[in-house]
Amino acid sequence: MNTVPMESGLVLAGILFILGFIGVLVRRNIVFILLSLEVMLNAAGLAFIFAGSRWVQADGQVMFIFILAMAAAEVSVGLALILQIFRDFKTLDADAANNMRG
Amino acid sequence: MLELLWIVPALPFLGFLILALIGSRMPGKTAAAIGVASIGLSALLTVFIGINFISSPPAGRVYIQTLWEWFNVAGLNPGIALRLDAVSLTFIFVITFVGFLIHLYSVEYMEGEEGYSRFFAYMNLFVGSMLMLVLGDNLVLLYLGWEGVGLCSYLLIGFWYKDPANGYAARKAFIVTRVGDTAMAIGLFILFTELGSLNIGRLLEVAPLNWPVGSSMPVLAAALLLGGAVGKSAQLPLQTWLPDAMAGPTPVSALIHAATMVTAGVYLIARMHVIFTLAPVVLTIVGVIGALTLLLAGFSALTQHDIKRVLAYSTISQIGYMFLALGVGAWSAAVFHFMIHAFFKALLFLGAGVVILALHHEQNMFKMGGVRKMIPVTFWTFLIGSASLAALPLVTGGFYSKDLILFYAFDGERANRWLYAAGLLGALITALYTTRMVLLTFFGEAKTHLHHKPTWIMEMPLVVLAVLSTFGGFVELPHTLGHLTLFSDFMQTILPGNQVAEGGISTELILQLTAAVTAILGIFIAYMLYYKNPERVTALRRSAFGSRLHAFWKKGWGFDWLYDTLFVNPIVWIAEVNKSDFIDLIYTFIAWVNRMFNRAFSFTQSGRLRWYAMGIALGAIITLTIAVFL
Repeated sequence: MNTVPMESGLVLAGILFILGFIGVLVRRNIVFILLSLEVMLNAAGLAFIFAGSRWVQADGQVMFIFILAMAAAEVSVGLALILQIFRDFKTLDADAANNMRG
Repeated sequence: MLELLWIVPALPFLGFLILALIGSRMPGKTAAAIGVASIGLSALLTVFIGINFISSPPAGRVYIQTLWEWFNVAGLNPGIALRLDAVSLTFIFVITFVGFLIHLYSVEYMEGEEGYSRFFAYMNLFVGSMLMLVLGDNLVLLYLGWEGVGLCSYLLIGFWYKDPANGYAARKAFIVTRVGDTAMAIGLFILFTELGSLNIGRLLEVAPLNWPVGSSMPVLAAALLLGGAVGKSAQLPLQTWLPDAMAGPTPVSALIHAATMVTAGVYLIARMHVIFTLAPVVLTIVGVIGALTLLLAGFSALTQHDIKRVLAYSTISQIGYMFLALGVGAWSAAVFHFMIHAFFKALLFLGAGVVILALHHEQNMFKMGGVRKMIPVTFWTFLIGSASLAALPLVTGGFYSKDLILFYAFDGERANRWLYAAGLLGALITALYTTRMVLLTFFGEAKTHLHHKPTWIMEMPLVVLAVLSTFGGFVELPHTLGHLTLFSDFMQTILPGNQVAEGGISTELILQLTAAVTAILGIFIAYMLYYKNPERVTALRRSAFGSRLHAFWKKGWGFDWLYDTLFVNPIVWIAEVNKSDFIDLIYTFIAWVNRMFNRAFSFTQSGRLRWYAMGIALGAIITLTIAVFL
């Protein structure tokens, strides 16, 4: 069975991670920031999957399931925070919530 | 009886405490009564103790009363202990008795002044401190009293503190005497480290055993002690504070700056006479300082307009005589002159105070004149005091005390013809300025009207002091006139005597005649110059050289100018330059760096989520880079 080489898989995971990170940095809409975070999480999960298949271990997939669970928890908390921010600031602009500047 | 000695200084301190705590709430009469009574009782007790001491002298002619141990640190354990002997008895007698008369006088003089009870509180504190100074049986206690009287001098010179000039004079007196006090403190340290004790009796015993005559240690110690004495007694080169100290009320000038405190230097040197005998060089310097001071101050007194400044310079000059006496080893003569001087100078100051008050606080002698008919008692007592100051032969105390000094300067163990000549010239000048002062103040035409007529409260002290300054001199008569040596016999229980070299009675007679003629000549010249034809003096003063010399003498030989140029102005200049405090720049720089960091960090604390994410990413990248590549 032909397997995808690990290097290209890791490069794909890296590109996804950087795309997600750029999304976090450049988007001002807080919903999109949360979306970008999800992309980053999945990029990390992808890296685990590739590593698991490379060494033929189940640990990679176990870790991915962990990440999924964590992402679900994170999204529920994150969405609650987004709702709260929207209620307080009447906007979804993340930069508006800078009351704690020094 | 002698064990009651501790009450003598305790009473003035008690009076001070009462007046300081509740004085401002009691009526003026009560405050004055407490102030006068405390000193009066003290004086009464001193008289009893003195009679007791003389009639049944204690063993060794020294009575020591140890009250308690003050402290005990590293081998230094001074006690609060009082030492009564011939010298301190003479001093406490003068301090309490003259102090009492001056307190009594102040009751009327200071009446209606703001801070009436404050005045008596300070005066009581002064008398208490002065008694501690002369009664202290160790030099630490003496130093405590020494600084205490310095403090009171400061407080009382600046008594009318609302005038900034008085505050300036007070600070000047305090700072200038502090220069001497620092030297004295170092002298005490040397005495303690070298001899291991500061107890006076022990020092006098141990010093000759440890130090050979003329070795460097006693010279150093004596010179440093002399520094303290010079500062306190307003001698060259630290004499500049005393004329300005006349800014205080007149009773203060009489008590502190004429009769008692300024003679503390004489007391110190007489007390430490063993150390000074071990350092003959310093003893000679003492004499030279005395001679120079008495001449410089005499010439300055000749040109003053302010009656109190004349008396101030005259005080400096008379203390110069005491230093001269100490310098020629005539210890008892110095103490004798101190006593007589305290009487007649207090009398003169109090008399001047009456005149000043009578003429509505006028101190300029050229605006006085002709007051002798208005205040006859003051006039006659002032005349007696002046005669004593001018050393009018035979009838005044001042003649006997000054004659004794001149005699020892000419014929004693450490006779020195130069010092004698200076003393004789000084006597002439003294007679000159004294007569000038009397003529200007009391004779001539009245220029103002009488403002305040003195009552018996002010006149009684004058009369008592006039009697004392006349008859006080008769306890010590020279060989030619009765040969009475009560005072010097009494002193020689403590102070070493002075062997007269040669010559005998005929030399003494010639010396006395010279001194007498000098005094009378001085009075006569002054009479001719200032009364018969004053236009000659005016002409002399108008001439180019005369006016310059007059201004120079009037300003006290330019010492103030010299010290301003040498010390005051450079310090003021440095302060001016260093207004921003350049040493502080180091610390302000540290503070500035911290503030910059604070600003930078608070800039990164922008509150924006995305900035923080960027920060985390950057940090992670840098950490990974370091981990991977290094």
